[in-house]
Amino acid sequence: MSSAVQPVVQQQLGENQVPPLMGPSLTYRSITEKLSDVVLSGHIPTSWFVALAIALMGVGSLTISAVVLLMIGTGIWGITIPIGWGFAIINFVWWIGIGHAGTLISAVLHILNQQWRTSINRFAEAMTLVAVLCAGMFPLLHTGRPWLAAYWLFPYPSTMGVWPQFRSPLIWDVFAVLTYLTVSLLFWYVGLVPDLAAMRDRAKTKIGQIAYGMLAMGWRGSALHWQRYDIAYLLLAGLSTPLVVSVHSIVSLDFAVSVIPGWHTTIFPPYFVAGAVYAGFAMVFTLGIPLRSVYKLEDFITMRHMDNMAKVMLATGLFVAYGYAMEAFTSLVYAGTSNEYFMMSNRMFGPYGWSYWTLVLTNILIPQLLWFRRVRRSVGMLFLISMSINVGMWLERFVIVVVSLHRDFMPSSWGMYYPTVWDFATFIGTLGFFLTMMLLFVRALPAISIAEMRLLLFEKKHHGKHHEKAHVEEAAA
Amino acid sequence: MSSAPAETKSSLYGLMAEFDSAESLLAAAHSARKAGYTKMDGYSPFAIEELDEALGFKKSWLPLFVLLGGLTGVAVGYGLQYWISVIDYPVLVGGKPYHSWPAFIPVTYELMILFASFAAVISMFALNGLPMPYHPVFNVDRFSMASNDRFFLCIEASDPKFELERTKSFLEQCHPTHISEVEP
Repeated sequence: MSSAVQPVVQQQLGENQVPPLMGPSLTYRSITEKLSDVVLSGHIPTSWFVALAIALMGVGSLTISAVVLLMIGTGIWGITIPIGWGFAIINFVWWIGIGHAGTLISAVLHILNQQWRTSINRFAEAMTLVAVLCAGMFPLLHTGRPWLAAYWLFPYPSTMGVWPQFRSPLIWDVFAVLTYLTVSLLFWYVGLVPDLAAMRDRAKTKIGQIAYGMLAMGWRGSALHWQRYDIAYLLLAGLSTPLVVSVHSIVSLDFAVSVIPGWHTTIFPPYFVAGAVYAGFAMVFTLGIPLRSVYKLEDFITMRHMDNMAKVMLATGLFVAYGYAMEAFTSLVYAGTSNEYFMMSNRMFGPYGWSYWTLVLTNILIPQLLWFRRVRRSVGMLFLISMSINVGMWLERFVIVVVSLHRDFMPSSWGMYYPTVWDFATFIGTLGFFLTMMLLFVRALPAISIAEMRLLLFEKKHHGKHHEKAHVEEAAA
Repeated sequence: MSSAPAETKSSLYGLMAEFDSAESLLAAAHSARKAGYTKMDGYSPFAIEELDEALGFKKSWLPLFVLLGGLTGVAVGYGLQYWISVIDYPVLVGGKPYHSWPAFIPVTYELMILFASFAAVISMFALNGLPMPYHPVFNVDRFSMASNDRFFLCIEASDPKFELERTKSFLEQCHPTHISEVEP
């Protein structure tokens, strides 16, 4: 493309031009060096230490809360009859939902051959793993005596001779969440192996060489190995895709299989899955935006990624909005039973009405700003909107769990829910645990897939030339 | 090296040519195959789609193992629930039949995915012979760049057509940036 044409093209594109997927000056070597140096250079930004200090306070809070809970029992929480499922289940569903974006980005977008997934999939998968770990703590703590719960959670030959009850969604949940955790870990590790080899070859300290060397399993980039690797990775993506849909569907069945108004509804599985992806993308923004600016990764996580993720978030947000609208419609108009009608009017105008309307504001109204391109290209706005969605999705589970339970069929059994300081301490504790694990992750492993970025550069050089969009990108660059 | 003046085939693992682009490696792989070499491997910092074909590798059996893994998961998952709920300790819950097959589907499904995923990962590593902490190619100092921005083609000494001088001059025609002898 001649230089005389270039400005004209740029002018024509104006605001409509698609920003490129990676910075223009990157080479195989600079990709390798820039991404591995985040870990290997030994330079640790002060902000990392500050963040870790704050996060570790959360871990302390979690540890203390868990110990007190195990010593005294679930009575330290605000749960009581009729609200037997308080913060623990809200947080469980919230965390597990956050994990879903990682799998969606790494598996579904891989199958759909969306190249923009490449620079965000690694840390989104790490986010999935840690979020599922945080989620898993809550049902265990909620049993109060986890060591006594084992026999009805896992099918092992206990001395009592009894087994789990496989007709209950709660046991499906155990299998779904543990499978999800395991498969996510496998997928993440397989994706890491070539990068671990790169880290091994570039590590300067003996400990680094040995540690990365063991983890890399002797990967040497052989063409025969790559062939099998690609097949295995694609199949794992293909297996993870139905898995991620099944996990939150099964979580929703914990509610939908019961007969409580507000829970007993067939819309729950798809609506939970959409909400999970929505919440997860919001968390990718919440983590990705600081990561990108602290480690100067703007060449890797470009505005194109931000824009695309914002669009996915807007779309899934609209699914969720449809879910809310359909819930209101079926309860108020279509169901024709007084219990359903009461549940929805109580949800909107009862003592917890504030939570419903805050939910609508934070989860539905504020994210509509994403329709504007200027908002989708503003890092600050995206961060604020993602925080709004994080809050909104938590409130959604609060509305489902607490507000549905607090007034059921008989007024004599109504009640209110008052979370205690231990409820908050446990929840904040898992936030700290999550942040700690993510901070350690970016220190120990390459947060962006090096091998896949090289491949993206290779493909951009070759196949891109036949592609009109690539012409635009080159002109823009 | 100086201690072994008369080098024979067996004293080397092979000859390794280094390239600075994926295209040169692909071209070299094509011409090596045309020249009749069969025992060779390419090494690259990322997966190059056409390279395995260029080197004449066959399709992998891996998907079959994944299928078998998935089927095992189905059998284990369903069998476990059936044996527990119908044979070992039948409990009547809410008037549902002992063999409540629709309720057994979710766990069966999850275990299918779990077993298939393990099959994919384990068979990938096993077929690749990993973990393998030692491999002769690592004896070449410059090979550490195979995980960075360099591309390598190694023709192994066990190849029937391998002859040190002739193979070396063949590789030189492929415009490599370096040629190294790989110690076993």
